[in-house]
Amino acid sequence: MAEVLVYVDHVDGAVRKPTLELLTLARRIGEPVAVALGNGAADTAATLAEHGAVKVLTHDAPEYAAYLVVPKVDALQAAHEAVAPAAVLVPSSVEGKEIAARLALRIGSGIITDAVDLEAGDEGGPVATQSVFAASFTTKSRVVKGTPVITVKPNSAAVEAAPAAGAVEGLSVTFSAQATGTQVTGRTPRESTGRPELTEAAIVVSGGRGVNGAENFAIIEALADQLGAAVGASRAAVDAGWYPHTNQVGQTGKSVSPQLYIANGISGAIQHRAGMQTSKTIVAVNKDAEAPIFELVDYGVVGDLFDVVPQLTEEIKTRKG
Amino acid sequence: MSLRIVVTVKYVPDATGDRHFADDLTVDRDDVDGLLSELDEYAVEQALQIAEGRRDEGGDAEVTVVTIGPEDAKDALRKALSMGADKAIHVEDDDLHGTDVIGTSLVLAKAIEKAGFDLVVSGMASTDGTMGVVPALVAERLGVPQVTLLSEVSVEDGTVKGRRDGDTASEQLQAQLPAVVSVTDQSGEARYPSFKGIMAAKKKPVQSWDLSDLDIEAEEVGLDGAFTKVESAAERPARSAGTIVKDEGEGGKQLAEFLASQKFI
Ligand SMILES: Cc1cc2nc3c(=O)[nH]c(=O)nc-3n(C[C@H](O)[C@H](O)[C@H](O)COP(=O)(O)OP(=O)(O)OC[C@H]3O[C@@H](n4cnc5c(N)ncnc54)[C@H](O)[C@@H]3O)c2cc1C
Ligand SMILES: Cc1cc2nc3c(=O)[nH]c(=O)nc-3n(C[C@H](O)[C@H](O)[C@H](O)COP(=O)(O)OP(=O)(O)OC[C@H]3O[C@@H](n4cnc5c(N)ncnc54)[C@H](O)[C@@H]3O)c2cc1C
Repeated sequence: MAEVLVYVDHVDGAVRKPTLELLTLARRIGEPVAVALGNGAADTAATLAEHGAVKVLTHDAPEYAAYLVVPKVDALQAAHEAVAPAAVLVPSSVEGKEIAARLALRIGSGIITDAVDLEAGDEGGPVATQSVFAASFTTKSRVVKGTPVITVKPNSAAVEAAPAAGAVEGLSVTFSAQATGTQVTGRTPRESTGRPELTEAAIVVSGGRGVNGAENFAIIEALADQLGAAVGASRAAVDAGWYPHTNQVGQTGKSVSPQLYIANGISGAIQHRAGMQTSKTIVAVNKDAEAPIFELVDYGVVGDLFDVVPQLTEEIKTRKG
Repeated sequence: MSLRIVVTVKYVPDATGDRHFADDLTVDRDDVDGLLSELDEYAVEQALQIAEGRRDEGGDAEVTVVTIGPEDAKDALRKALSMGADKAIHVEDDDLHGTDVIGTSLVLAKAIEKAGFDLVVSGMASTDGTMGVVPALVAERLGVPQVTLLSEVSVEDGTVKGRRDGDTASEQLQAQLPAVVSVTDQSGEARYPSFKGIMAAKKKPVQSWDLSDLDIEAEEVGLDGAFTKVESAAERPARSAGTIVKDEGEGGKQLAEFLASQKFI
C-alpha cells in the first residue's frame, strides 16, 4: 500500500490534536508515515503509533529552533525522497502552510491549503474539500502534478485510535544554504490559560464589541469555564485591547469549527463569519434583532448579554448540580 | 544607495459582495466589484514607513507596487500609489487566467527580479484565496530569507527585524537583506489616501508587462499550467432558520434548555 507522509506538529514531544486527525485522514489514502522534527521528536512515537503511524521518521538539530521554517522544509524534502509517498499531509497552521508550500515548489508539486476533508479519488490521488469565500462555497480539488501536498484544517476529522507499528527511524537531513537565512533571536512561549486550545476546542464562547470592556470578559470566561470551552473574541474586541489577538476568531484570526459556537455581542461581519461559519451548532446573544449573526444561528436570544449570559452560566451550574 | 522596496498587492473581489465562481471554476470577477485586498494595505503601509524612515535619516528609498491581474487590477495599483507608493508594475496577460499559487509565485518572483529589489513586502494572505503562502513561495524562488507574518517590522543597516506571533509562541526574527517579509493586520493601521495623494497618483508611472517580458511560457501558467484542479464548487446550502427568542427575563434559562436538548450540558 502507498505511504502517506504526515508532518507532525508537536510541542517538545507532545503531539497536537490536528496531527492525530491527519493520521485518520491519511489512512483513507494509504499507510501513514509520520515525520517529527526538533526537540522531543522521538517522544512523539508512542502517540503516533497508537493513531496509525506505521513508521515515525525523526530528526533533531538546533537549526529547527534557531531558524524559521526552511530547516523543516529541508527535512520534509529528505523524508519525501526517502519514502516516495503518494501524498504529503501537513496541519494547516501558519507555519504548516509555509512549510508545505515551499516543499511543494521544490518537489515540483501542486498544493492545496486548508482542506476540511479528504478522500481517495477515482483517478488515484486524494480529492480535497475546501470551504472557501468565508465558507459560502464548498469546492473539491485535486493536485494534478507531482506528489499532492495538502494542508488540513483542525477539526476536519475525528481522531481514531488505530494501533500500528510506529517503528522509529532516524531521518538523515542535510540543511540547504537557505536554512540559516532567518534567525529566531527570541521566543516567548504563550502562557497557558488552562482552557482548551481555541482551534481544537469542542465548544467556543466568544465575545465582541457588545462585551464593552476588558473587565466584562470575565462574564464570557465564566460561561466558557462552565462549558469547558475556549474563549474567542471578535476583531473589534481585540482591537479595543479587551482580549489578546491570539483569541481572535475570523479571517485574520483563528478559524474554528467546534461542535458549539456561542457568539455574544458580535454582529456577524463577513470576516468574523469566515472563521466560525463551519461550526456545527451556532448560538448568538445580541440585543439587535437585525444583527446578521442571527442568519446563521440554530438558536438566538435577542437580549442584553449582561442579563442573558450570567443567567445561562447560573442555570448550567444548577443543572450540573 | 536607494533602498528598493517592492510590495506585492492583489486585486480581489469585495468580500462583502456576493462572490461566486465562473463556469470554468475560476473566480467570477464580473459580478462583484474588485478592490485592493485590504490585507495588502498593511503591506503598503509598512513599506511606506520603512521608506520614510530611510529618507528621514538622509538615505533614499523607492516603493514599487506590483500586481498580477486583469485590466481592472490597475485599480489596486492606483490605490497603493495614492497611499504614497512611487511607481507600479502591472503584469497582465490573457494566458494568466486561472493561474494557481505555484504559477502566481513564479510570475511574481520574475517580476520582482526584473524590477530589482532589496526588500519585498507582502500581505499575510489575500482576502479571496486566503492561502497565506505566496510570500514563502516567492522567498523560496528568489533564494532570499522569508521573514513572514510579522506584527512588527523594522529595517536598519541592511537587516530586517520583526515579531511573529505564532500559535504557541511569539518569536523575534532577523535576516539580512535582500529578504521577503509579510505583515499582518496587527502591524499598524493603514493610512487613507489624501486628496493630494490621489491627484499625485494619476501622474505616477504604471508599467505593463506580459509573459514574454518576463520570459515565461504560456504553458507554465494559467488553467492549463496549473498544478491543481478545481473539480466542483457548490454554494453552501443556506442554514435552516434557527429558533430566535426575545429575552423577557428568562432568555438565559431558555438557552440553557436548548443546550441541554442538544446534549451540550
Ligand atoms: C481585512 C479584514 C479582516 C478582518 N478580520 C476579522 C477577524 O478575523 N475577526 C473579526 O471578528 N473581524 C474581522 N474584521 C472586522 C469585521 O469586519 C468587523 O468589524 C468585526 O467583526 C466587528 O466585531 P463585533 O461584531 O464585535 O462588533 P460590531 O460589529 O460593532 O457588533 C457589536 C454587536 O454587539 C451587539 N451588542 C452591543 N451591546 C450589546 C449588549 N449589551 N448585549 C448584546 N449585544 C450587544 C450589537 O447589537 C452589535 O451587533 C476584519 C475586517 C477586515 C477589513
Ligand atoms: C477560493 C480560492 C481557493 C484557492 N485555492 C487554491 C489552492 O488550494 N491551491 C492553489 O494552488 N491555488 C489556489 N487558489 C488560487 C490562488 O489563490 C491564486 O493563485 C493566488 O493569486 C495566490 O494565492 P492567494 O491569493 O491565496 O495568496 P496568499 O498567499 O493568501 O497571498 C499572500 C500575499 O501574496 C501577494 N499576492 C497574492 N496573489 C497576488 C497577485 N495576483 N498579485 C500580486 N500579489 C499577490 C499579496 O501580497 C498577498 O497579500 C485559490 C483561489 C481561490 C479564489
